[in-house]
Amino acid sequence: MRYETTPSQTVGPYLRIGLEWPDGPFAAAEGTPGGFWIRGTVRDGAGEPVTDALVETWQAAPDGRFDHPDDPRGAVSRPGFRGLGRCPTDASGEYRIHTVKPGPVPGPDGPQAPHIDVSVFARGMLHRVVTRIYFPEEEAANAADPVLSAIPADRRPTVVASRDGADYRFDIRLQGRDETVFFDI
Amino acid sequence: MTERAPGQPSGYIRDHGVHPPLDSPGYRSTALRHPKRDLVLLPHMLTEVTAPLLGEDRVGESDNDLTRQHADEPLGQRIIVHGRVRDSDGRPVTHTLVEIWQANAAGRYRHVADNWPAPLDPNFTGVGRTMTDAQGRYRFVTIQPGAYPWRNHDNAWRPAHIHFSLFGRAFTQRLVTQMYFPGDPLFFQDPIWNSIPDPGARERLVARYDHDATEPEWALAYEWDIVLRGREATPFESEVDDE
Repeated sequence: MRYETTPSQTVGPYLRIGLEWPDGPFAAAEGTPGGFWIRGTVRDGAGEPVTDALVETWQAAPDGRFDHPDDPRGAVSRPGFRGLGRCPTDASGEYRIHTVKPGPVPGPDGPQAPHIDVSVFARGMLHRVVTRIYFPEEEAANAADPVLSAIPADRRPTVVASRDGADYRFDIRLQGRDETVFFDI
Repeated sequence: MTERAPGQPSGYIRDHGVHPPLDSPGYRSTALRHPKRDLVLLPHMLTEVTAPLLGEDRVGESDNDLTRQHADEPLGQRIIVHGRVRDSDGRPVTHTLVEIWQANAAGRYRHVADNWPAPLDPNFTGVGRTMTDAQGRYRFVTIQPGAYPWRNHDNAWRPAHIHFSLFGRAFTQRLVTQMYFPGDPLFFQDPIWNSIPDPGARERLVARYDHDATEPEWALAYEWDIVLRGREATPFESEVDDE
């Protein structure tokens, strides 16, 4: 028996009442060794901050594994590491996620570069968009990464975070000049 | 445990034709918020076929009953909303978090930016959470949300709806959608509803009045099933759905 899937609809303008968690931004608990913040601004096609978006992140643990039965290496749970970050944007269009660097995840021909999968939801978006965050210091791994390699070279910088002291910045441009690369998943 | 080689998980069925296009001019806010460049194909690898398997710790005692979160009961028609979460292969999506939020009976959200002149209800927050059970079933008790006006077009009103958010078991299955009520007279002018290309797919967002699930002298009931994307190919599995 085949079932037809349920269509997506927008989160609308009032998503914060339903989707904001006090601990949402913490993919890794505060005080986790090696923890850092990823901060960024979501902007629209006019360059204006999007103040009613939700950014969600999903990633492997520092050893590249997932707490999930479909990880062929076996599910491993780690106290203080959830892997999921969730943060609505504020009045300046900024989100922030506290996490640790993911390890390399197996790909079709060897390990992928460390990456974080990202969903963006917002008023005015009838379906989420999906992107990835890569790390600027991983030059060799990034050069060999199958997903990054499939992106036209001039657009690759839109999915690589930048250093910001001990933390990172990852801005998201939904449309227009420097539009972030979004994936067909 | 599956028998796949590392890095070779089976992916999830792409169902783009079901979803509204991000560029839907009838819904004006989409104009500056849809990507214009081509999407890049992302093969489904481990990050995409896994997801947070959140537990009961995300759900508080009265989170599945929106009528019992305050000192008194909210005003409005008390309703039960229940159904099953499956994937497109018909497999139940078990022990997965379902989050909802909605307007009150007057059509007003408890949100700082919603200030149209309809009353707030001191006994209604409009937020619920629950986990599906071992058969993929969920159940909420709430009140019938009201319609509310917005400024998308002349005399625009949103049909009554409840927002739903689900993680499923894979990043690819993540879904945020809205449940509507049967016979709503406002569908014809709603660009969000009408953004779904296939009229048949729109109907999948409409709950069914379920007289069998009503509770006499207490609550009416609606049944609404949700279907998330299924696997492209069924891998050789020895795991059961229930861990």
